[in-house]
Amino acid sequence: MCLGIPGEIIEILTDRPDLARVDVCGVKRAINIGLLEDEELSAGDWVLIHVGFAMSKIDEREAKAALEFLEGIGQAYAEELAALSESNIT
Amino acid sequence: MSVRFVDEFRDADKALALSAQIAALCEPGRHYKFMEVCGGHTHTIYKHGLEDYLPDTVQLVHGPGCPVCVIPMGRVDDAIAIAEEPGVIMTSFGDMMRVPGGRGSFFDSNAAGADIRMVYSPLDALKVAQANPDKKVVFMAIGFETTAPSTAMTVLRAEALGLTNFSIFCNHVTIIPAIKAILDSPDLRLDGFIGPGHVSTVIGCRPYEFIAAEHGKPLVCAGFEPLDILQSVYMLLLQLKEGRCEVENQYSRVVPWEGNLKALKVINQTMTLRPYFEWRGLGFISHSALAVNETYAAFDAERIFNVPGVRVADPKACQCGEVLKGVLKPWECKVFGTACTPETPIGTCMVSSEGACAAYYNFGRFTRERVKEATRSVSQPVDIELMPARP
Repeated sequence: MCLGIPGEIIEILTDRPDLARVDVCGVKRAINIGLLEDEELSAGDWVLIHVGFAMSKIDEREAKAALEFLEGIGQAYAEELAALSESNIT
Repeated sequence: MSVRFVDEFRDADKALALSAQIAALCEPGRHYKFMEVCGGHTHTIYKHGLEDYLPDTVQLVHGPGCPVCVIPMGRVDDAIAIAEEPGVIMTSFGDMMRVPGGRGSFFDSNAAGADIRMVYSPLDALKVAQANPDKKVVFMAIGFETTAPSTAMTVLRAEALGLTNFSIFCNHVTIIPAIKAILDSPDLRLDGFIGPGHVSTVIGCRPYEFIAAEHGKPLVCAGFEPLDILQSVYMLLLQLKEGRCEVENQYSRVVPWEGNLKALKVINQTMTLRPYFEWRGLGFISHSALAVNETYAAFDAERIFNVPGVRVADPKACQCGEVLKGVLKPWECKVFGTACTPETPIGTCMVSSEGACAAYYNFGRFTRERVKEATRSVSQPVDIELMPARP
């Protein structure tokens, strides 16, 4: 729950502009981007995700570093990814 | 100082260079104690053996920043009482499932017949409500300011959808009053704080300014990688060396100084500060938690259900309170690793992977510490095969 995980935006949903489809380590899920409405997000942008919400926009370098770090964490990250893959908010 | 036991991590050579710079900043004969407020930092520190990169005179103590760890047993019992009401589906983050209350955990209650489901996001809980219009779906909302905006956004969404069978059992806590409580605690003398990274993406850096201005302690907001934490220790020591006392942002690549204004706005829109709230181990702290406000009362489980509101004392053997305040190291607790393990936790610090005890237990540091103690008493360093960190 506490882990912020980086995801790459694949697309903003046309019928729900507060949602975006993201790719987190191959897991593709919809998340809410309503807390970043001032950021004008688009495909290819990276965001840090907490419990299904994008909390901050980050650059690709930070995203890659954070992913590498999370992969090193092991179990807690694996559990977070498993939980994310079960998520379906659309 | 020895680094023989440290797991390899990216940029370990840079860490060694930082380690030397940190040592050079320390005044001879002076001891330094810094608190890392956030459980995520505790995790990194133990996972990577960062204490081995610091001089013996620099000590890191763990703070109260693990939301699962600070949930008092009475609130778990209250949540279970709601879950056991007829027609209720309780939803919760996975982290919460094993947290023991006075009458067992969510897992126990689920096994006994209550419908308790794990969700990744509060928005998933909302979907459960939409899919089960004949049930009352409750979301067990926990966390600091990192997750509170998500709960707030979900309440707003529930209102927009006109849902009448969804509510939240709000246990959100706020970090500043907890830091204040620690600063006011006579048990602990601190030289500075490593500030929580993700909470700060929401609240920004400004709310910490009183810590420097009124309490004379520097604070550095830090990222979660090993180098981030070492660099933050360096920044704290540099402030002390130069006689400065400020709030600095080491994690500016993610944390904006002003925080996330939209996130703060939705919290204020849907929630209100409670007069007081009980924290596990820390007791009652004024204005330290959030409740659903009057406007959104229809989504407040505490108004919809009969919540017993029982206060349950922590088990006598459990010293989570001292661990959460940084007074005790995990291995100094009487039941650490014996009666209390991640499989059969007595205290919350052993449940969450962000909890200081679980982090320490899982990464075999308790073995390392004993090895260190053992090698200290012999003149020749002895190479001992260490228990590997668990996957």
